Amino acid sequence: MKTSGYAAGSLLTVADLPVAEIAAILAATDRIERMSDADRARMLAGRRIALLFYESSTRTRTSFELAAKSLGAITTLVSDKSSSIEKGESLKDTGLTLRALGAECIILRHANSGAPYLLAKATGLPVLNAGDGMHEHPSQALLDLRTILARVPGLDARRVDAKTLRGVTVVITGDILHSRVARSDAMLLPKLGARVLLCGPKELLPEDALGLGSAGNTGSVEIERDFDKALKQAQVVMMLRIQRERLAGLELDLGDYVARYQLNEERLMAGAPSALAMRLVMHPGPMIRGLEIAGEVADGPNSAIEDQVRHGLAVRKALLVRALGVGGFESVTV
Amino acid sequence: MSDVLILNGRLVDPASGVDAERDLLLRDGRVAAVEMPGALKGVKVRETIDAAGLVVAPGLVDVHVHLREPGQTYKETIATGTAAAAAGGFTSVVAMPNTVPVNDSVAGLEWMLDAARGACVKLFAMPAATFGSLGEEITDFHELQEAGAVGFTDDGKPVLQERVMRRALVAAAGIGVPVSQHAEDTRLTGGCSMNAGPVAFRLGLRGMTVEAEARIVERDIRLLRDIERQDGLRPHLHVQHVSTAKAMSLIRAAKAEGLHVTCEVAPHHFTLTDEAIGDYDTNAKMNPPLRNDSDRLAMIAGLMDGTVDCIATDHAPHALFEKEQEFERAPNGITGLETALGLTLRVLHKGQGMKISRVIGLMSAQPAGIVSLEGRGMLKMGSFADVVVFDPAAEWNFEAKRSRSKSKNTPFDGASMLGRVAYTLSEGRVVFRGQVDGLPGQQQPRSATFH
Repeated sequence: MKTSGYAAGSLLTVADLPVAEIAAILAATDRIERMSDADRARMLAGRRIALLFYESSTRTRTSFELAAKSLGAITTLVSDKSSSIEKGESLKDTGLTLRALGAECIILRHANSGAPYLLAKATGLPVLNAGDGMHEHPSQALLDLRTILARVPGLDARRVDAKTLRGVTVVITGDILHSRVARSDAMLLPKLGARVLLCGPKELLPEDALGLGSAGNTGSVEIERDFDKALKQAQVVMMLRIQRERLAGLELDLGDYVARYQLNEERLMAGAPSALAMRLVMHPGPMIRGLEIAGEVADGPNSAIEDQVRHGLAVRKALLVRALGVGGFESVTV
Repeated sequence: MSDVLILNGRLVDPASGVDAERDLLLRDGRVAAVEMPGALKGVKVRETIDAAGLVVAPGLVDVHVHLREPGQTYKETIATGTAAAAAGGFTSVVAMPNTVPVNDSVAGLEWMLDAARGACVKLFAMPAATFGSLGEEITDFHELQEAGAVGFTDDGKPVLQERVMRRALVAAAGIGVPVSQHAEDTRLTGGCSMNAGPVAFRLGLRGMTVEAEARIVERDIRLLRDIERQDGLRPHLHVQHVSTAKAMSLIRAAKAEGLHVTCEVAPHHFTLTDEAIGDYDTNAKMNPPLRNDSDRLAMIAGLMDGTVDCIATDHAPHALFEKEQEFERAPNGITGLETALGLTLRVLHKGQGMKISRVIGLMSAQPAGIVSLEGRGMLKMGSFADVVVFDPAAEWNFEAKRSRSKSKNTPFDGASMLGRVAYTLSEGRVVFRGQVDGLPGQQQPRSATFH
């Protein structure tokens, strides 16, 4: 496996995460959730976790930070705006400095795809990828999975295996090309049997995206450019943020995009058989209301957007416990 | 007495069509005799090389290397780069002009070619086609040729503007040298760090398309045709490091049409694909990038059917700290001088059944012909005593840490090689002695591998 050579407990990609490991992370998430606050705060008491953020972030950074603090860990935030990074220090040297200061785990958000691999290799520390360029956002995919398991009717959240999401179709719509969330979700969910339909215009969704699929998966990755057709087949719809500048750069007409790809109430409900009326609406944020998603849908009964944030906090606690090799993860090897 | 005898070897000299046992006498930097085995017995010389079981061939010629001097001597110097060349069996290398400052003047060229730089094999240079390689105004081709230029290029960048490229081709045609083009439409590759395709998508990296290479090749071929018709000249376009099936078929068609176009392929483009990037290995990052397997196979097809004129390494050393960066920030390029022969023999000779004489042709006589190196790339009476002696059957693994180059940025660390250089002679001087198992008097390298 390619992750050999990186510290156990690292999470750089979901691509090589075995199903059993996914199940173990979700089981630990449940365990930690059930603990008393006092017990939980002892899990990583005094352990040192560095948050290294080269990009602005609200939910991911706060989520990891609160997760670490609730486990009793000491955290320090290093951001590119107020550190030696501004003076041109390399990622390797910043990582070595954090290690020398006693960091036992680094959570990295970086604008360059693959940066977490470099940091993990340079420091030998467990590194959690909190989003790298257009590449991946593994913790987001895990929290999305937990949200789906909790909200889609008929799924057994306690049995996580290669068949758990069999029969579940997830539509991911929008700027797939630039989305690390889409990549992680499209690589993670089909491991459990989900059918992932990627949806968007070819400028934002090249055919190359089919390479996210893997022959070893029980599920699949497919492209369906017609959003309405895709929706009709789906129990879950994930919307991605659309950046106006990107559309302009690709000479896509904003009005045309909204007409074809915005998730609004009419579209969400159209032609849905009763069982699909509770089609789950997800968005990793930040969302632009009125652009890729109508405000009513974001706030409506189908929306799981706030659930996602809550599950994010829970899953990240498990990832930190795993990274530091405690709480049932003492013998984790990746 | 500077004479050297090379006895009992298998002489492979594509230029004279010889592939048979011959003994060689080298005297005063030249080939003084090529005789049947035994005929030179008794000739008194300074050194006798027993080449029994080994191939004796013209020293290899690389028309595309970056030696980083002046300006970036922390990556490589002319001395270290040519030492790596010698270790790889090369006796002539052509330095690209993207030094600091850019090699675009007679003074700069003369400085580079000066013996004081310490080149241990013959150094040639292609100065910049345009001042500062800025793509605006062509340099003084005539004056630079007088000072030793063997061609012109803005390598690292394309000559993007059509009217400038046309002017360069016309000027070069007038003095009988090639314009060597880095074919990349940089208007299509901004922010790209690898080949476009499913691997780039999965890694979240922006990809360079096949079109970005093909477009420039297509345009340059059209310019050749136009110039032949309108100006009555016959310009020579050399396409550097071809990497895509599309560009290869454009070149094949242009050759069939009778235009004067030549091209090179680098070993990494016929041995590796973009999958080699793995977990963002910056030692698999170069420009043009590693492509997909059908492109790789098209490079092999072009080599086999003669569309490709030569193998060139695009030896591009970079310091470790530069490659230990985020993939998108790391510089393009890999070293190649010490792995070219071993990879080519493994993939083309052993893998594809290409005759050793053709492999040698692609790495000596043919590249020498592209840049008109007189008396090199051949082992006839009177030609330069540039010789490589290698064991064609030796299988070994390349170790980057043993490289003579100042830099170790190679994706071939630990890769298996076929064929190992035993001796490299530049103008009659032994400039490299290899370590070949079983050769009398040779040091065995094994004991040095402890660490």
